[in-house]
Amino acid sequence: MAAAVGGILLASVTLYAVLGGADFGGGLWDLLAGTTAAGRAPRALIDESITPVWEANHVWLVFDLVIFWTAFPQAFASVMTTLALPLWLAVGGIVLRGAGFAFRKEITRLSWQRAAGAAFAFSSLLTPFFMGTVIGAIAAGAVPADASHASQAAWTSPTAVATGFLFTCACGYLAGVYLVTEAARRGDRAMRTYFTRRAQAAAIVAGALSLTALAELHSSDPAFYSRLTGRALPLVLLAGACGLAVLALLSAGRPRGTRVIAALGVAAVIWGWGVAQYPVLLPGTGVTLTNAGATQATYVAVIVVAIAAVILVVPSFALLYALQARRVLRGGENGPWSVHHGSLEKGSIHDKMCARDQADPGKLG
Amino acid sequence: MSIASGAVLLAAAQGSGNVVPARAQMAGTLGFHIILACFGIALPSIVLLAEFIGLRRQDETAMRLARRWSQVMGVLVAVGAVTGTVLSFEMGLLWPGLMRQYGSVLGVPFGVEGLFFFLEAIFAGIYLWGWRRLPGWAHWWSGVPIAVSGILGAISVVAVNAWMNTPGGFTQAGGRITSVDVWQVFFPRSAVYEMPHMILAAYLVAGFGVASVYAAGILRGRRDRYHYTGFALGFVPAAILTPFQIFVGDTAARAIAHDQPVKFAAMEYVAQTSRHVPEWLAGVYVNGHVYAGIKIPDVDSLLVGFGPGTQITGWDSVAPADRPPVVWLIHLCFDAMVGLGCLLLLAGLWAAWTGWRRRRWPRPRLFWALGAVSGLAAVVAMECGWVVTEVGRQPWVVYGLQTTAQAATTNGGVLASLSIIIVIYGVIGAATIAILLMLARRWRRDDRDEAVPYGPPPPLADRLES
Repeated sequence: MAAAVGGILLASVTLYAVLGGADFGGGLWDLLAGTTAAGRAPRALIDESITPVWEANHVWLVFDLVIFWTAFPQAFASVMTTLALPLWLAVGGIVLRGAGFAFRKEITRLSWQRAAGAAFAFSSLLTPFFMGTVIGAIAAGAVPADASHASQAAWTSPTAVATGFLFTCACGYLAGVYLVTEAARRGDRAMRTYFTRRAQAAAIVAGALSLTALAELHSSDPAFYSRLTGRALPLVLLAGACGLAVLALLSAGRPRGTRVIAALGVAAVIWGWGVAQYPVLLPGTGVTLTNAGATQATYVAVIVVAIAAVILVVPSFALLYALQARRVLRGGENGPWSVHHGSLEKGSIHDKMCARDQADPGKLG
Repeated sequence: MSIASGAVLLAAAQGSGNVVPARAQMAGTLGFHIILACFGIALPSIVLLAEFIGLRRQDETAMRLARRWSQVMGVLVAVGAVTGTVLSFEMGLLWPGLMRQYGSVLGVPFGVEGLFFFLEAIFAGIYLWGWRRLPGWAHWWSGVPIAVSGILGAISVVAVNAWMNTPGGFTQAGGRITSVDVWQVFFPRSAVYEMPHMILAAYLVAGFGVASVYAAGILRGRRDRYHYTGFALGFVPAAILTPFQIFVGDTAARAIAHDQPVKFAAMEYVAQTSRHVPEWLAGVYVNGHVYAGIKIPDVDSLLVGFGPGTQITGWDSVAPADRPPVVWLIHLCFDAMVGLGCLLLLAGLWAAWTGWRRRRWPRPRLFWALGAVSGLAAVVAMECGWVVTEVGRQPWVVYGLQTTAQAATTNGGVLASLSIIIVIYGVIGAATIAILLMLARRWRRDDRDEAVPYGPPPPLADRLES
């Protein structure tokens, strides 16, 4: 039963990575979009794609934490103690990112909008990096079973830092691929090309970083490396194949389906890590899924919560994404770049549709 | 808020070692988040009420208020989501001892809360960004899950706090949890009063908070339909719920006298277990003396057991080390909460009386001044209540089982994280207030030419002008 709960935890970590991770990646591309004038179109697309969904995607993080401490409290306490510094830095990034993003929408003065936007974008870059170092430190076996103090060496090892870079890059990759589809859906050729190039670049860097990390593991942690290329090999190969498929499809100008494949590739990396490590929770210690401090009743409760999530939360997410895909969620007149920022969207189809909505008596309810 | 967290900081400073900054940080971040959480729990219902009236009666004013409030909701929900996440991290970063020992017990209600947090965030995305794009009633219904899951989520989180106050539903042997009874963990003894007390508090904070904005406008001479409607939509629900809140609070105090006698002793200055215990109004307890307080003989016994001879347990029943620090803070916060609750009750009664006799709002400026401060009063009362329950539980984090010192992190550097958090929260708090003020200014300017969602389009000339 502990294995099932471990699977639930890994599944919700995966969902946070492929959904929340893409929102972080959006911030990364926002950061790299250049000057106010040059970056207006990509920033508008990023903003529009993230706005209605980021909070819901963010909840996966809270859910991950809760499942972690409920099902594996001893391991949780050790991780939070040993890796306190990168976790604090990630927390700071999460706060600044969310607040910066929310504030930017409501601010009208350009200089303040830039400040809030910078908070959003910079923290989108830093947060996944620090989260990556945490995962890397766990995988590298740097977290002791009964930790009583923080260790800076734990998260600054080559494996941890490489994982940090890989996380940041993977977020940018996912966001790039998702944004290509968003641009294609809007029939925006310029943005489609713009994000295709960036998604391809991120894919190549992420692939290179993954290979570097593998090579680094080969020398620093041969046992883990042999399990990754042993029983986790199918997943590692799947991840590689997905990356290559996305690259090929993007080059061919056929973005349809790339989002699912890209997400599958990232999921394969995460599950590859899980399978390679199973059933050990904190490598290098005796802490496994079954002896990390919870009881049967707790496992049952977590499984019940997970089933409830599948019944209640998954259809709700489906509704949210479906409405988002049909571009229903645009918040009327208050988009940040559409009204206060001048001409980008003025007189576009959205304004006319708004006017038509109001004029149509059938829509008045 | 700053007063309350200042008081908490002071209270935390009575501890020692790492516990001090850890408690200060938890108190500050929780005290900040809880205000946003109140709006997250209750504001959706108020917005939906306004939109319901707007749709049902084709009322442009109510609809415009709903539209604007949902924009405020968007900002508060976003900031609340991230400050709530900070608390999740802090559970492990500041209190690893608590999580190591009891994570598998108190995690269960947190897991359930996660489900409602999901539903809240998902439907907030649909509701907040679906204005004008979803048909009117479909849009209204998309907001209902936010209000419902706000309440259910609050129940789940308060379950954890109630469990910390009256722990149960598990067995432990040799320092490890051996079995968990999920139902008992979710509904510990104190849940019966803590859950409704917090949810009603959220409705009071949000309702009076909304009302105070428009009362301030009316005080400044903006006596139009827009301001009276805005005031009424917040004030009426909150004023109706106030007597229920006072009833629940009274029940809670009586139950605490039984469930956590030492906390109750601190709330009411009961030094020795005795009968004919007097009630102290205000007053500062120092070395066995109460200064500047009003003593009413027998009343505390009367309130607890409905008879002047009722025996009440004093804090002398436990060793000095097991008593909460700074009893005067706990007592004064308790009195402030009760006093402010009564003030809010009076404001509601005043409005009810005038409404009943004259079919209008009271005219005296005093009433509107009271309305203008009602939001702040509700926030302060709520913060004081948290000080009472949290400081009153000290030195325990899990009452009678684990001390706060045992729970705290053994890491250094908590002082550093505390300083950084104070700076970040200061900036975010100031920015949130600045943005709400800016929205208010923008709305006053735009009043003429803004199209009402789900209402008739503005005249063409107006639209061209804008």
